[in-house]
Amino acid sequence: MLSALLVMAGIAIALGAVLGYAAIKFRVEGNPLVDKIDAILPQTQCGQCGFPGCKPYATAIAAGEADINKCPPGGEEGIHKLAELLGMEFKPLGGNAVPKPKSVAFIDEATCIGCTLCIQACPVDAIAGAAKQMHTIIAAECTGCELCVAPCPVDCISMKVIEEKITNWKWKYPVYALNTVETTNVAGAALQKTNGRAPG
Amino acid sequence: MTEYLLILISTVFVNNIVMVKILGLCPFMGVSKKLEAAIGMGAATTFVLTLGSGASYLINHYLLGPDLAYLTTLSFIVVIAGIVQFTEMVVEKTSPALYQTLGIYLPLITTNCAVLGIPLLNVQAKHNFMESIFFGMGGALGFTLVMVLFAGIRERMEGADVPVIFKGSAIAMVTAGLMSLSFMGFSGLIK
Repeated sequence: MLSALLVMAGIAIALGAVLGYAAIKFRVEGNPLVDKIDAILPQTQCGQCGFPGCKPYATAIAAGEADINKCPPGGEEGIHKLAELLGMEFKPLGGNAVPKPKSVAFIDEATCIGCTLCIQACPVDAIAGAAKQMHTIIAAECTGCELCVAPCPVDCISMKVIEEKITNWKWKYPVYALNTVETTNVAGAALQKTNGRAPG
Repeated sequence: MTEYLLILISTVFVNNIVMVKILGLCPFMGVSKKLEAAIGMGAATTFVLTLGSGASYLINHYLLGPDLAYLTTLSFIVVIAGIVQFTEMVVEKTSPALYQTLGIYLPLITTNCAVLGIPLLNVQAKHNFMESIFFGMGGALGFTLVMVLFAGIRERMEGADVPVIFKGSAIAMVTAGLMSLSFMGFSGLIK
């Protein structure tokens, strides 16, 4: 009985030691923060933030080299999530990125010459069509990144704003303005002092 | 040397772990829908099973012995689980591409009954260390062979006109049965 316990305990300890050693020896270096930020970004790979894709932007945010407010497809909701994750304050969309209403690309099929340039530009394969056949946008797949607009040689792609209808309406992200409260009385000031000291 | 070769041929064809011993049917049915996944599963199982056979022989021979024979199943499960964990860490570090390909199949090997069955068969047959390793490797190679064959058949069957009643798992089971019958043809290959 005792030997059985000893053998099983020995095996467990030996395996535990090997696995513990392996966990240190073979630890995969990776920044978990980058993955977390990347998960929040919309993965349109549109490059409107000035980086070549969502992952490089996430890496730059994690390194503190980029602001959190440069992603138009993510919108205000994305910035709120990023701010919450990183413990920063919310900033409105900034830089060359201006807030736009959610929209999808639309191809004027009468003008389209079927050059396939927009298909190659689309990061999410939301354009159907073939060479010398007119193309069309799969509206449900389109992320509104506008990457297909520039390559079109006949300017037949326009961005159409999605109207708010009963089928696509969503609750607005609640934004509460912070009220600054004046602390005039002594008790309030003392309370604020202790509050200020407590976390430090 | 011929002895080891015979063990290999015997375990791959004559006593195939899936088709003749009917072990490891879960991954055989579950992971054989796509050829790539079947190959990945086979490769990972081969690695774990070869290591596991050697380790379980050492434990059975030097730690347990005849007195503690009742601990074989328990200790083998613990050791196999440990080896699978270790393999996962090593693969993740050394080859992230392979780690991505194998994905969930790597940890799932722990629950593959062929992986526990082969060490137990080793004990039953009283194999020595090298024989155990070759028995494990052969069994795993046989497993891989059958997985690849079956995945190929299933991929072809996707486009076949199967009667509605037999669609899906039913026709897969019938096919597996026919494959098992055909593997019976190997019996008597080695006297």
